[in-house]
Amino acid sequence: MNENRKYPFPEIDPDICKGCVLCVASCPKDVLVISEKLNSKGFHYSEYVGEGCIGCGNCYYVCPEPSAVIVYLKDYVPEEVS
Amino acid sequence: MIMAQKTVLRKPLGFIDVYKHKPGAEKDRTHYCPGCGHGIIHKLIAEALEDFDIVDKTIVISPVGCSVFAYYYFHTGNLQVPHGRAPAVATSVSRANPDSVVISYQGDGDLAAIGGNNILQAANRGENMVVFFVNNAIYGMTGGQMAPTTLEGQKTTTTPYGRNVKTDGYPIQMCEIINQLTAPVYVVRTSLHDMPNIRKTRAAVRKAISNARDKKGFSFVEVLSMCPSGWKMDSVPAQNWIKENMIPRFPLDTFRDISEDMPAIERPIPVMDPDKVKNILGYSALSDSNLEKNPDADFDKVALRVAGFGGQGIMSAGIALANVGMEYGYNVSWLPSYGPEMRGGTANCSVKIQEDTVGASECTEPNMVIAMNQPSLEKFEQIIVPGGALIYNTTLIDKEPARRDVKVYPIPITGIADELGDTRVQSMVNVGAFAAVTGMFDPGEIENLMSSLFKGKPESVIKLNEIAVRKGYKYVKENFS
Amino acid sequence: MPRKLMKGNHAAVYGAILAGCKAYYGYPITPASEIAESASLLFPKFGRTFLQAESEIAAINMVYGAAGCGQRVLTGSSGPGISLKQEGISYCAGSALPCVIIDIMRGGPGLGNIGPEQGDYNQVLKGGGHGNYKVIVLAPNSAQEMCDLTMLAFELADKYRNPVYVLTDGVIGQMMEVVELPEPVTGLPDKSEWAIYGTADSRHLINSIYLDHDDLERWNRELMKKYAVIQKNEVRVEEYRMDDAEIVTIGYGSSSRVLRSAIDIARERGIKLGMLRPITLFPFPAPEIASLPDRGLKGILTVEMSDGQLVDDVNLALSGKMISDLYNRMGGNVPTALEICEKVSELYGV
Repeated sequence: MNENRKYPFPEIDPDICKGCVLCVASCPKDVLVISEKLNSKGFHYSEYVGEGCIGCGNCYYVCPEPSAVIVYLKDYVPEEVS
Repeated sequence: MIMAQKTVLRKPLGFIDVYKHKPGAEKDRTHYCPGCGHGIIHKLIAEALEDFDIVDKTIVISPVGCSVFAYYYFHTGNLQVPHGRAPAVATSVSRANPDSVVISYQGDGDLAAIGGNNILQAANRGENMVVFFVNNAIYGMTGGQMAPTTLEGQKTTTTPYGRNVKTDGYPIQMCEIINQLTAPVYVVRTSLHDMPNIRKTRAAVRKAISNARDKKGFSFVEVLSMCPSGWKMDSVPAQNWIKENMIPRFPLDTFRDISEDMPAIERPIPVMDPDKVKNILGYSALSDSNLEKNPDADFDKVALRVAGFGGQGIMSAGIALANVGMEYGYNVSWLPSYGPEMRGGTANCSVKIQEDTVGASECTEPNMVIAMNQPSLEKFEQIIVPGGALIYNTTLIDKEPARRDVKVYPIPITGIADELGDTRVQSMVNVGAFAAVTGMFDPGEIENLMSSLFKGKPESVIKLNEIAVRKGYKYVKENFS
Repeated sequence: MPRKLMKGNHAAVYGAILAGCKAYYGYPITPASEIAESASLLFPKFGRTFLQAESEIAAINMVYGAAGCGQRVLTGSSGPGISLKQEGISYCAGSALPCVIIDIMRGGPGLGNIGPEQGDYNQVLKGGGHGNYKVIVLAPNSAQEMCDLTMLAFELADKYRNPVYVLTDGVIGQMMEVVELPEPVTGLPDKSEWAIYGTADSRHLINSIYLDHDDLERWNRELMKKYAVIQKNEVRVEEYRMDDAEIVTIGYGSSSRVLRSAIDIARERGIKLGMLRPITLFPFPAPEIASLPDRGLKGILTVEMSDGQLVDDVNLALSGKMISDLYNRMGGNVPTALEICEKVSELYGV
């Protein structure tokens, strides 16, 4: 994870994402897109465009894959995760 | 509120880190199809378990259906169970572990079709559990067949022309049905068709799980959920399909929420201490010593049939004799005619009292018959072995027995009882008569046993039955010596 | 020991309580209802669970749940109810869950009647449910054994993590006899390696799914190994007047009681009749039966209250060295001692 990134932001595991697009459709800021690329399972995975996330958690809660989406909220301090 | 305290949203600790029970290489992802609602509901449950710090004490029941593999994911106790039976299993799991949080997770075929009775009965008992009912209007796992919740006109692999309500019935509305029962504390229907409703679902999941944690009873959360594969559409159109087609049929509502008012369910703690167990079973009141047998008795072995109308104390006379025989250290058995025979009509029982181990318990060749009415006399007179004894109730039988090769004892059994003011004591008149005819039992000893034979009965009843024994005994001694 | 005159059905419930059974889940059916009634009376006195389930199917699934939580648990039923429970029993066997099922057999097929019969032999012994599994089957023939063998059933269930039946018929269930009440069991087995208690350390999985074919075959082979151990270690029989017997009868449950009477009558007539009574039906006393021909017998007569279900297993054990004859009654009729004596005379010219 890049520590210089600006919180909040989502992190989507491109290999686990099944490309259902529910997160893209539920993002109020339209900052998620479907990649042109395919992952190892043949899915066009979802990607964060890199800025504009407001940390609403929609993508997290709408995603059916427990490990696919992590959202680091604005008060996140990296040391919390051990 | 809790969300505001979080600084990261990641895979909740209610999930197993690595899905070790899942076969194959992909132990980091679910088996669910893209856009499937199960994964969303699983995540809401796992998040609540973590947030409430109850992952350890939760037990998840996986059904048959797409969520058959729910046990791959939840870091809880897990039972995978037969189709439709999750609420029955959850019942005994909750009873066995009353401090645990028991979750029954079921689809529409599982819950509303094959398991329809089980869900109603568990709800009706108010079991302390949460039921998550995932309604996607289709059988997913088996390949998209009609579910009980399939909509009117909806095409599935077994309704290729669309569900016809005239032949297939109507979509079943489970919340509305559950809400007819008295016991459930929380009944709600939510949907995954957009973010506000996913957040409402989240609130419902948390409410239901906290109810189970607080032992409030039965919570039922129905979630309208997408099955993009089964519906043959993409995820977002599937969400729209819920909104446009399912919600009109399955309106979203909190049908009931009375958990606040409910006291916590308390279950008793099982008594396992051996001394306490023996005490409750009354071991100390049970004897293991024998009365002295009469060496000069006329009978050393009895195979007895007692027969008459139901209500003539047939069974109780037989049981009393077997009990007294036991106290003398004999091997005894008592076998009733059972079932419908006992409801009105005739009743009879076989009693064996002997030194040896009892073989057959039915007296097919009795050496004694007590016949309390005419049909019984006719039925059993002929099977007495030659040299045996026949006691018959002259109060109700006016025809004399035909047998000349058995010793006959005509006794007004019902009459003697009536004279004592209670027809019911005729069974003990018989016991007294038996003692006199066989010489096996001493009437005084029988009197000593009366309080155990009539345990819990008033003193007056015991006294009256004692007199009945005496009267039966005396009648034989005075008339047939 | 303290003694009490009690019905076989009640004695079984006493046995369950003495064995530390914590829960009873059942559905009413004649002639087994006294088991549920007796449990409903007694279990609450011990703070233990009695629940009248909504169906036979629910009852066996409640048994599955309680067993998965490590409890000693009991259900009771009769033929039609056992038919309904079979799926659940297969799951219990597949998930290696110890539990005890009492079957008080009645007349069949279909609704049949409520008279005593032994027609459940095959559905109980041959895995009436789906898949490769076996259940241990104990066959009491007295009220005393209803108590004792129910206690043993719990012990064997836990020892082998397998469902155990107590299989008998309406006569043994309804009959009252003197029961000498044993001491309650102390020190129940530790099941913490697999049972679910709703604690951090007991987050186990109770399951019978093996998606991978090789995994499932492996599991089936493990089960086969277990059944072989049971076959080797747990056969129980009773012999009656076998020392000098020239004709051996074989029967269990009610028919074995009648056989005892028949043997006493036959012996008075100078006929050397004896009895081999299987107390365990699985494991079946096949070695004991296989060795019978070595005695130079005049004949072997299987007496049962079913349509030859038992004699099939007897003849399988005899492997053609001798062939057992069959005398059977059905429909709720119990053979009488005299009938059996006449059959023996007719078959063997004695």
